[in-house]
Amino acid sequence: MKRTVERTVGLLVVDPIVCDGHGLCAELLPELIEIDDWGYPILRSAAVPRELAAYARRAVAACPVLALKLTPTE
Amino acid sequence: MTFEARLLAGPAFGAGMEPYAAHRARLGQLPPPRPELIDTLVASGLLGRGGAGFPVGRKWQAVESRSQADARILVNGAEAEPLSAKDRALMHSRPHLVLDGALLAAGVLGAREIVLYVGARHIDARRSLQRAIAERGRLRVPVRIVLAPDAYVAGEESAAVHFVNAGDARPTVTPPRPFESGIDGSPTLVQNVESLVHVALIARGGDAWYRSLGRGETRGTALVTVSGAPYGGVREIELGTRVGEVAAVSGVAPGSAHAVLLGGYFGRWLTREQAWAVPLDPQALRAAGATFGAGVISFLPADQCGVAATATVLEYMAAQSAAQCGPCVFGLRSIADTTMALATNSAVVHDLDRLERWTGQINGRGACRHPDGAVAMLMSAMAAFGPDFASHARGRGCEVAAALRPAA
Amino acid sequence: MSDQLLWFASRGSGIVSLLLLTTVTVLGLTSMVRWQRPTWPRFLTNDLHANLALLSVVFVGVHVTSAILDPFTNLGIYAATIPFASSYRPLWVGLGVISVYLFVALIITSLVRERLGQRAWRLVHWVAYAGWPLAVVHSMGSGSDAFAPWMMGIEALCIGVVALALIWRVAAGRTNREQLPAVVGASRRVHAPYADGDHR
Repeated sequence: MKRTVERTVGLLVVDPIVCDGHGLCAELLPELIEIDDWGYPILRSAAVPRELAAYARRAVAACPVLALKLTPTE
Repeated sequence: MTFEARLLAGPAFGAGMEPYAAHRARLGQLPPPRPELIDTLVASGLLGRGGAGFPVGRKWQAVESRSQADARILVNGAEAEPLSAKDRALMHSRPHLVLDGALLAAGVLGAREIVLYVGARHIDARRSLQRAIAERGRLRVPVRIVLAPDAYVAGEESAAVHFVNAGDARPTVTPPRPFESGIDGSPTLVQNVESLVHVALIARGGDAWYRSLGRGETRGTALVTVSGAPYGGVREIELGTRVGEVAAVSGVAPGSAHAVLLGGYFGRWLTREQAWAVPLDPQALRAAGATFGAGVISFLPADQCGVAATATVLEYMAAQSAAQCGPCVFGLRSIADTTMALATNSAVVHDLDRLERWTGQINGRGACRHPDGAVAMLMSAMAAFGPDFASHARGRGCEVAAALRPAA
Repeated sequence: MSDQLLWFASRGSGIVSLLLLTTVTVLGLTSMVRWQRPTWPRFLTNDLHANLALLSVVFVGVHVTSAILDPFTNLGIYAATIPFASSYRPLWVGLGVISVYLFVALIITSLVRERLGQRAWRLVHWVAYAGWPLAVVHSMGSGSDAFAPWMMGIEALCIGVVALALIWRVAAGRTNREQLPAVVGASRRVHAPYADGDHR
């Protein structure tokens, strides 16, 4: 259990009010984000493993409305 | 079902408010607010009556630990759930009990003001509260009435705070929750009207008195709103009373109701076979796949189709979305349209599969729990009316005589 | 020869800057339309938009620097940095200076967007829509090739492409967010079902 926590870089959160279903996040981080039937992102897992940290940050930066946020685990 | 009434005790409800003098004569002076009241509330096990059922004592602890004499009390009397009438009944007929509870909260939590958030439609309730405030004269904490807009989600706690702060009764993203940052950014206690009435009585009677009634694990009494029955309306029950007992007392003849919606539009359906023996106790209801919610008990007459009832409720829930979050707006629209198609026997193949798929996609993806409630209600309907959903999907309607005509 | 070199560099980099900025503007409008294909994902439009904008900084830099250094034009630092301070065609050059400032503001705010916040970034982006038209007007007025057929052809191409993109953007209609209230409002059922009694 502790192992998994150490290998997590942070938690992804989507602000559902700001999110406008652009879908860039799912294109850039398909391992963790998929699109529902209406174009909005579903976070399959909020925890971002270290291997995907750079991709997660890129997805956060790419969101046209800054709805995706990565909160670092303490 | 007979016991000594607590919330409904005193002069008849609906005849007007109980005036201050009569209130004091009947119940005695309100005890001064003391920090020990929080421990008493925790010991009583009182659960919130707004629908979420969160322990009242713990909520007070959360606000108290953050309050620096700047807390706010928001009395949630929006009662936007159409199937519920208990809160407006209490505000109309026992406004002084409501004020008592609010004043106790304000004193114990170090609050600077009390906001009575009253549904704009509940005119009698508002008038009673206004008269009660006037009867009290000078109060240690300012009290003001804010009228809640006529929308389903206006009663949600973040929406209530948002409206008081900015005139916009739409839910906001949480965290932060109101107990952390609410009205004007201060720690705010958002508490249901009925919960505060219980507090006012517990402050006088003590936690042992509160716990002296009740049939199961969860103690005390609660108000329920019964509909779909000859003698419906607001009733006080001991927690743990069985649904069947309430049915009998409300005049529901055996066989005249085939299902019941418990909790509210956001609640759960149970068939008669499942429901009648279930105790109206939050824990027992959860175990039975239902919920206590806002104390709504709505019986579905035997000649009304469960699929149709579900479809009309979903239509309403879709129309009441705050229109902020895509999954809620499009998701509720999709499940409402599809369930309506099923109800009117105009469904297409795979519609049941699509419903299942969508219920999985919509949950937890809005800013508030509105879509979650609608989805949970639908899923309970699909479980309770499974055979009916299946035969509607084949275009053959169900055994229930009245099928829904396509909505005008 | 070196004089000529600077002059050519200034004109050439100016034209390339105009073409790049036109492309950046078109890509910006296209990203609002949310056009995509299996071989052209959404993030590609946005990333190209951002990266070409950064690339154009290089060419604009060369354009301005070579114009200042060019002994033939008498443009000094002041002319290049203070709008309308140039002695050579002050209006047209000045518009170019303003255009550069707008683009610089766009780029800086975009680089720090996460720290700046969406609202401030959007405001600057909206104001900076004026950047491209100003660049076009600048090129038409201050360039020495302005009336050469090939240059007019380039201008026409740039204006035409952006006009088409703008029409496409307008025709594409409302964004998701703007549609949400309409979708909710289209619900037929307004009255609460099964609620007995009055609401007083």
